[in-house]
Amino acid sequence: MKPSLLEVEDLHVRFPLAQGMLEAVRGVSFTLGHERLGIVGESGSGKSQTGRAILGLTAKPGIVTAKRLAFDGIDLMEAPPRLRRSLRGSRMTMVMQDPSYSLNPVMTVGQQIVEAYRAHKRVSQAEAREAARAMLDAVKISQPDRVMALYPHEVSGGMGQRVMIAMMLITGPDLLIADEPTSALDVTVRIEVLRILDQLVAERGMGLILISHDLEMVASFCDRILVMYAGRIVEELSSGNLDQAQHPYTRGLMGCVPKLSGDRHPLPVLTRDPDWAR
Amino acid sequence: MAGAILEARNLSVRFGVGRLTIAAVEDFSFALQAGESLGLVGESGSGKSTVLRAVTGLNKPAGGTILLDGTPLAMPRGLAFYSAVQMVFQDPYASLHPRHTVDQILAEPLAIHRVADPQPRILAALDEVGLGPSYRFRYPHQLSGGQRQRIAIARALILRPRIVLLDEPTSALDASVQAEILNLLEQLRRDLGLSYMLVSHDLAVVAHLCERLIVMRGGRMVETTTAAALRDGSVTEDYTRAMLAASKGFARAPAGTSLSP
Amino acid sequence: MAGASPSLAAWLTTAEPQSRLQARLGHFYQVFRRLARNPTAMAGLVIVVLLVLVAIFAPLLATHSPIESGDLRTQRLLPPGPVFWLGTDDQARDIYSRLLYGSRLTLAVVVLVSVIATPIGLAIGTVSGYFGSWSDRILMRITDIFLAFPRLVLALAFVAALGPGIENAIIAIAITAWPPYARLARAETMTIRNSNFIHAVRLQGGSSARILLKHIVPLCLSSVTVRVTLDMAGIILTAAGLGFLGLGAQPPTPEWGTMIAQGRRFLIDHWWVAAVPGVAIFVVSLGFNLLGDGLRDALDPRSSR
Repeated sequence: MKPSLLEVEDLHVRFPLAQGMLEAVRGVSFTLGHERLGIVGESGSGKSQTGRAILGLTAKPGIVTAKRLAFDGIDLMEAPPRLRRSLRGSRMTMVMQDPSYSLNPVMTVGQQIVEAYRAHKRVSQAEAREAARAMLDAVKISQPDRVMALYPHEVSGGMGQRVMIAMMLITGPDLLIADEPTSALDVTVRIEVLRILDQLVAERGMGLILISHDLEMVASFCDRILVMYAGRIVEELSSGNLDQAQHPYTRGLMGCVPKLSGDRHPLPVLTRDPDWAR
Repeated sequence: MAGAILEARNLSVRFGVGRLTIAAVEDFSFALQAGESLGLVGESGSGKSTVLRAVTGLNKPAGGTILLDGTPLAMPRGLAFYSAVQMVFQDPYASLHPRHTVDQILAEPLAIHRVADPQPRILAALDEVGLGPSYRFRYPHQLSGGQRQRIAIARALILRPRIVLLDEPTSALDASVQAEILNLLEQLRRDLGLSYMLVSHDLAVVAHLCERLIVMRGGRMVETTTAAALRDGSVTEDYTRAMLAASKGFARAPAGTSLSP
Repeated sequence: MAGASPSLAAWLTTAEPQSRLQARLGHFYQVFRRLARNPTAMAGLVIVVLLVLVAIFAPLLATHSPIESGDLRTQRLLPPGPVFWLGTDDQARDIYSRLLYGSRLTLAVVVLVSVIATPIGLAIGTVSGYFGSWSDRILMRITDIFLAFPRLVLALAFVAALGPGIENAIIAIAITAWPPYARLARAETMTIRNSNFIHAVRLQGGSSARILLKHIVPLCLSSVTVRVTLDMAGIILTAAGLGFLGLGAQPPTPEWGTMIAQGRRFLIDHWWVAAVPGVAIFVVSLGFNLLGDGLRDALDPRSSR
């Protein structure tokens, strides 16, 4: 049998601080095929640190340990830094929350996409430009040539995030980790970006990890959801069975959001049980 | 309109000078009735926060009048205005002075308004927002996001204003903390007889807290509607309908796309 | 590092201070702990504390008079030895004792310059940054004019007009020292003035004076303090330079720069006369630099996460 795209077993991320060790991720295990997986949690749950650890982007002085962390059969814990660097960008990649911080302000959008492509593919400038144009077309940017000549501050938030997606997907990666890709965007734009992401993931058969605080959004987008709390996975759900969530934290998270239909006054409040964090 | 405690008529706010002038708010009017909670909804750049800032005098209007109890307000606003109208900001991390303790933060408005005997008022204000006296001498960095927003609310209420302007008060917070803050705001409004003006991009939050709301886009009013109309979907403008649809979440392969699931 | 007993440390670091004083002290304790973790900063602090102690206790530590000459026939230009620990100069004065008394002058220069220059810089910078528009333009052009003058040359002109002497040297250095602080305070104020916590004070009805004095100045103070500390080395060197040129402290005052100037003539045969005060200037300048660098890290919570 073909190995899963990503295997994570007992992943820990620790940060040594003056006040002692901060355990950001405490024993996370899951496997990912060519599917859409959602990781949901509130701030401090360790969801972003999980995504960063997989890509090897944990900020210093963080320490990552795992019994197994393998991408397409390649053991990432044992892999030399060079191999991890070349995997990152070409076969696994990440889209982050705010495009205005992730794009270089002094390079045009086109130059950045071309550079991202040529960093991993030996092609001519002209071929790379052609690929960039096709990619911008794929993220539904209607005038690719015009947009390629723009600087990041000249594009809107939704456009910027589509540019980011284009830049990250141009090398044809197998795994995309999207960390709050739509949180900085307006609601109407948000749906549009999600639709583009959805279509590309389906067409290219990529594995996707969508990290977000928004349970409803993740549930409407992903096949499978991991709910994280205090560095651990407290529940795993398939997205159709959201209403069958067992863990009180998941149920509390769903209940405490104001809803247009069936709103409650006062809103049910999540009482945190110290047992959940164990 | 009779009975409005806060009102704006044909308000416009512009930024920049000369040819680079941008109209952030154009010909916008609203009336807040006593005891009411009015929502301003819109996406980024709709001018919703600028309206609040114009009311408080942080932005100077280019045209129109703002009236408190039927009396036009002058620039700069006097102390009487600030004891009647207060504001809570979006980001609790940025709205508290980083080097001041909670005690100093809450004492400041009392000192400005020369309130005698501030000590019991500070303790009462902490109690009001559900924080004990043990929080009194902490620095903002020793508090969580929700606790900071409670302090910001306590600061806004310590002068006993009648009107509280809320600028995205929960959008920087986690969902579970948002619920706590929304409940607190609702309870305070009931207990103290406050009027709210809430700015948010989140239709569900606005519908939760407000009876009436104004949808804004590009600095202008799109429509005035009610929370009940949002709930049953009987809104009239296309833009409002689009926002409503978007806030219901992502739906795979809707009609109109060629993608096969 | 701190000699605090465990209970005192707990009192200082508690998450629930019981009074304003405890919260304030706790804050300073945190800054100190961050400073204490930085060995080079601690070295700087030790040097600066030693300078202060030496200046205070100079009469007790000195073995001879710093001004009066010894026996000019037998005690001139003696190398370091058991009687004159660091040797004697051409007037048969004990260099060790002169060095100790000289630290008082160095400290006075440093303290007076910072006491004069810091408030000027802070006031001009925060007012300029907070109000903007024409007040900013006028104040910043004045600052530019002062910045454009080479410090030593302006100080020279000033001393030439007022006459040589340590007091005039201090005034001259202070007048040339404030423009960088004004620039720094202005830049800092411009980022702070549009933050929500300043808006919040305005929405409580706080006056501009209140916002400036109670909210903006304290925030600018830490970065200006760091800058002043880093500038101390330069100030000491300017004072020594003026002394060396004969425009600062006048003989027989045991000012370190003046001492080097006097030792210059014997540099080849009697190196210690000039080298000892030179080393002292070097060590004290280095101390202030290390301390300033450490303070920058300790006071900036972003860098010490």
